[in-house]
Order: sequence, then structure tokens, then C-alpha cells
Amino acid sequence: MNFYNEMMDANGGVRAHYKGYDDWLKATPPERIARKRAEADLAFHRVGITFAVYGEEAGNERLIPFDIIPRVIPSAEWKSMQGGLRQRVKALNMFLHDVYHDQEILKAGKIPAEQVLNNAQYRPVMKGIDLPGQIYAHIAGVDIVRAGAGEFYVLEDNLRVPSGVSYMLEDRKMMMRLFPELFAKHKVAPVQHYPDMLLEKLRAVAPTGVSDPTVVVLTPGAYNSAYFEHTFLAKQMGVELVEGRDLFVKDEVVYMQTTQGPQRVDVIYRRIDDDFMDPLVFRADSSLGVPGILRAYQAGNVTLANAIGTGVADDKSIYPYVPEMIRFYLGEEPTLNNVPTHMCRKPDELKYVLDHLPELVVKEVHGAGGYGMLVGPAASKAEIERFRQLLIAKPDGYIAQPTLALSNCPTFVESGIAPRHLDLRPFVLSSGKCVEMVPGGLTRVALTEGSLVVNSSQGGGTKDTWVLED
Amino acid sequence: MLSRTADHLFWMSRYIERAENLARLLDVTWQMSLVPQSLDAANQNWNAIIALNSLEEAYDAKYAAVNAENVLNFMVRDADNQASIYNCLRLARENAHAVRGTITTEMWETLNATWLEAREKSFEQIMNAGVGEFFEWVKMRSSLSRGTTLGTLLQDEAYHFIRLGTLLERADNTARILDVKYHVLRPQGDEGATDFYQWGALLRSVSAFEVYRKVYRDVITPERVTELLILRDDMPRSLHFCMNGVVKTLDLIANSHSGETQRQVGLLHAQLHYGRVEDILAHGLHEWLSDFMDRIYMLGGGISKDFLVPMSEAA
Repeated sequence: MNFYNEMMDANGGVRAHYKGYDDWLKATPPERIARKRAEADLAFHRVGITFAVYGEEAGNERLIPFDIIPRVIPSAEWKSMQGGLRQRVKALNMFLHDVYHDQEILKAGKIPAEQVLNNAQYRPVMKGIDLPGQIYAHIAGVDIVRAGAGEFYVLEDNLRVPSGVSYMLEDRKMMMRLFPELFAKHKVAPVQHYPDMLLEKLRAVAPTGVSDPTVVVLTPGAYNSAYFEHTFLAKQMGVELVEGRDLFVKDEVVYMQTTQGPQRVDVIYRRIDDDFMDPLVFRADSSLGVPGILRAYQAGNVTLANAIGTGVADDKSIYPYVPEMIRFYLGEEPTLNNVPTHMCRKPDELKYVLDHLPELVVKEVHGAGGYGMLVGPAASKAEIERFRQLLIAKPDGYIAQPTLALSNCPTFVESGIAPRHLDLRPFVLSSGKCVEMVPGGLTRVALTEGSLVVNSSQGGGTKDTWVLED
Repeated sequence: MLSRTADHLFWMSRYIERAENLARLLDVTWQMSLVPQSLDAANQNWNAIIALNSLEEAYDAKYAAVNAENVLNFMVRDADNQASIYNCLRLARENAHAVRGTITTEMWETLNATWLEAREKSFEQIMNAGVGEFFEWVKMRSSLSRGTTLGTLLQDEAYHFIRLGTLLERADNTARILDVKYHVLRPQGDEGATDFYQWGALLRSVSAFEVYRKVYRDVITPERVTELLILRDDMPRSLHFCMNGVVKTLDLIANSHSGETQRQVGLLHAQLHYGRVEDILAHGLHEWLSDFMDRIYMLGGGISKDFLVPMSEAA
């Protein structure tokens, strides 16, 4: 398979937007680079920019490998991608509002109603509830890959609790600290205002009538894999980082316990899944959430970001319909491609998938984090057989897509510099009519040779992402 | 500030202070054991450390005999002993981790680096490098964390709860050391010659040896040591100094239901402010210190109830 290389063109020449970096790399002594790489490792450890891995010993914190070769995106490419992201996220929010209100898109027959209404992620408790600005996914992490000859595809939309933005910010900080000279030579679009932008968006969606809202970040706690990010964002925004046990609900109003007594909370940027938010409504065994918070939410006394029930729009069984949503709600043609997707619940598509398993990527409809997926070309015979049985037993639990020839980018590995596959997760923020994002996003890179799975839980690393200004 | 945040800050600083005090006590005992003395006397000093921290049961379950090596192992690096320096540093870091959004980056990095370094040191390595060097390291790390707190943290509620934890823990430790050592050194109020080295060690364990010389310019007597550690208001590890700070800090964070706790602190403070060492000794030092420690304990409970634990009327 031929892969698109972000840095080199087909003839081995350096692409124009990587010229500056390439010159620098060639001119910089390897010892200096080795020293700087070690310095970065140490700094990340000391600062404690780590993540916990589920299934490993509790409190076991790992460093996400950071690579010093940035992923560079030329300005024009970013502008087009940004337009596509705005369009997509706008349509997804309209879809969410619609399915919890008049369900026009279902009535019009654009999406089979049972796909939405019988979806485990569809939350009937949200029906008829009006949210400020009609926004559901205030923060969306849209995973984009480049494939084939260079076109972009959306791999998935993360509308529940997308994470990774702290790595985007820390990677930039690290790059600027290690190699300030690079930033003097390149016009790299800044990203450090993300927390400001996020706070502004969160304040904008406060319940009606609240002029100076109290915003908090709700975390499942110190043992959550993304805890670093929760503390990071709370600190950068200057708001309290709370756990469920710090909050309580009285007369449909949410308060936090403070040293000076109860204090009212208006907007909660929650990093806890729907299922754990309110033990009175969802999982009764959850101790992470706040009893009664859903009633306060339904009464319009508190805003949750993201809203309850966004999972129905980023579910992999709904993903194939996103282009249709864009046409339906906006009357526009989608700018960003969807990956062609086989829905295994359809018998003829299932048959095709079963016949072509070694070429396809099979994903669990509700899976996340790179768990529960089959990458056909890289899988053993036994794995393929295991998935065949899974598919036959529960076809509606899976989708399949062609294996994309993900683009790659030169990356430092043990043997030197070698191409590794990568993706990009821009973070798209919405409040009312305004959809914004900082240039670029988080670039994740699969460090194992040939691997197409970039998730940090699967040993992926990150790179700084540069959008070059004209 | 969130009650839980305040709770973590309070305990973070208590554990740092506890690690430091433990290092001081062990260091002094270790140095004393190098002065010629009978094996019995030496072991009695090591035994006192276990007794001082009420750890007899846990210790006996694990070690057959009381001797320098066993006690050092138990109190320095034993991961099973919740009161070991190792665990104090771990718990300080864990509490800091839970509130790393509230403390400054420098504070977090100091505590995190301390823990990462402590974790790497095995007991053998510590002993080979010289256990005294390790105690110095613990004291320096504690000083560093106190310094970064003072030098970088906004002096708002977070600072006040950290200060409160430090002072309560220190008061408790000073009282304990004095109580145990006094009775080892002067059973039944023996008026005989005092042991310069032993009293000197006690003073050194609270960094008060040079202070004593400066203040009294005279030989070391048990009465003056008692006065210095209890009543001097300018001696940073004395009970009076600690309670001065507690009273002031409580005034700054007072809320609508902390009145009773403030009254108790005021009462305790008045005793130190207007007390005389003759009266304390006449009353019986052990009785006086036991009473003081009980009241410190109650004070901790009061602070916890007033500020740190979610208020019951809320639910």
C-alpha cells in the first residue's frame, strides 16, 4: 500500500510547508536533538502530564510519548477543514435538538427512526427539554485522517466527553520551550487561548437570567485516566474542579459544598458519562454523579456541557447518516468526507463484510478508545475468525469500513526517524450560533511500525500540530 | 473553596510536617545511639519512638526485637507502616495530586518529585548512603515545599488551610517528643545531674539547640527546655508559637458555625500566653501535655466538622 507522507512528496522531495522544519532538522546537531528529547521526557514526568491506563494497577501513570517532529498543516488546507468542521458540528447539534423535539429528520425518512429511538444512547428523559442556544455538544472532538492521495476523512465524531486538548496545549508549550528558534522562523498559529474560548462558551450557555454564572469542571476523580486534563482545564479557566460528592441538589438547584457553606452552581463542564451522572435516573450504583441533578437540569436551573444524550449522534451506527444530516438541516453538501461504511445490520452488507474481513476494519458500534476493533490486514486468522463469530451473533453491534491508507509523518523512533501513521482531533466549541475552534488540534501518532491505531491507551503518542499562517 | 479541597490541603501539609518531624526525631535518636551507652539504654530510645507514635501493635506484629535497624526500617521505608516517612511522603503527594489545580505548579512539582525520589530509594540504599543523609534530605524537601508555598501561593483560603495543617501537626509533634523524652530522661522528677547529651538531642530534634543557647546563655536545664518548647512565642516549633498561628488563621477563615472551635482555640492559646513553667511543672508535665494533646486532637475534629466535611444540613 502507498501512504501519503505529510512531509515528503511522492518523489522524495520535501513539501513546501515542511521546508523550514526540514532545514532546521538538517542543520541541528543530533546530540542537541537527543538532549532536548530527553529534556522533554523529564519535564513531562516532573509536571506529571500522565494518564492512567485502565486494567493496569491502580495509580499506575504512564507518559504519553511526545514526538518533536510537528505535524504541519498549510493555511489553505486548514481553512477548508475548519469550514467542514463548522458545518458538521452545526448539523450534529441540530440533529440532537431535532431528535429530542419534533423529529423532523425521522419523519422525512432520512434516517430510520428505530436506529435513533431504539439506540441505547438515545435518552428519552431529554425529550422536550429546551437547552440554552439549542446546543448539545458544546465541545466536540472530531477525528480526522488523511488517506489515499491526500483527501481528508472524518473517522468519528466524539460528542460525549472528548479528551486530549490538554496534550495539544502542553505539546505546544513544550515545543516552544525546547525549540524557540523554530517559532521565530515559522508563523505558527497560536492555540494557547483555548481555555479562554472554552470558558467564554461555557458562560454563554448559562441558564437564562444568570448574569455572572459559576462554572465548574466535574471529574470522576484522581484515578480517572484523564484526571490530569480535568485539573489542567479547571486551573486554566480559574474555576473549581469538583467531584460528584462535592455537589448536592436542593429544590432543583445544584450547590457545591464550600468552606463557607453551600454555593450555587450554574454551568457544569462534566467529564463523566451520562450513565454515571445521576444515580436516581441512570446507574443506581454510581457514586460519581449527583443524586437529583437531572431534575435540576430538566428544570433549567443548571447547564450541563455536554448535554445528556449526545451519544446518539456520535454512535457508529448513526455516523453513516451525518452527510445526510448536513444536507437536511443546512441544505449544503458536506465539505468533509465520511468513510464509506458498511452497516452490518443490513443482511447484504453483512454478507459483503463477512466475505472481505481480511481487508476491512470492523468496529463495535458503541466501542471507544480503540478497544473492540478488528484491523483486518493486521489481524491473525484466529482474530478474524473470532470477529466473524461476533458479527454473526450480533450483526447490529458492528460496522465495517475499508482499511484506510492513513497518511504518515516522519517520527523519532528507536531506529532513528521513520514514518508513522497519524490522525488529527480538532476541538470544536459551540454556543448558540457561534462555532469556533483553535487552529489545528491534537495530532496522535501510532508509534508501532505499520499500526493504524493511534489511541494513547494502545500505545500511541502525540505531536505538536502547526497550522501555518500566510 | 470546596470543603474537599480544603481537606486535601490540610492533610497534605500535615503529612509533609509529619515526615519532617519523624526525620528529626529519628535523626536525633540515631546520632545519640553513636554516643557510648549501654545497649539497654540505646534500645529504650528506639522503643520510645514506637511508643511515641502508638505503633507498638503494628511493630510487634512484624519485628521480633526492638533495635536500631528494625526501628529505622519500620519508620523510614516500611510501606506497610502507615506512619512511615515513606507513607507520609506518599500521602502528602496523593493529597496534593487531588488538588493540583489549586496549588501552584511549583508546589506540585516539589511534592511530586519528592515522592518519585523517595520511591526509588530502598532501605539498603538509604543505609548505605548514610541514614543521616536521608534525614537531611527529608528535612530539606519539607523546607523546600514550605518555601515554595510561601513564595508562590496566593495567600487566600488555600494558604490558610495549609498553614493550619502544618501548625496543628507541629504542635502535636512537639508535645509528643517533650512528653516521651522528658520521662525517659527524668523519671519521678529526679533532681540529679542532667544528661547534657540527651537534653541536647531533644533540643536538636526540634532545631532548638542553638536557639536555647541564644535565649538562655546558660547550661541546659529541664525547666528551661520545657519553657522554651511550650511557652516561647518566638520559637517556631513551640506550642505557643503554633497556637498563635492557629488562632490568627482561624480568624481569617471563620464561618457561621466555627464559633465553638474558635472559642476552644482561644482558651488553649490563653493558657500558653499567660501560663508559667513553674505552674505547668507543679501541675505535672505529663498530665499537662496529655491534656494539651487531647485538646489539639479535639481541635482537629472541630476544624474538620466546621470546614472540611460537607455540612449535614446541606443534604
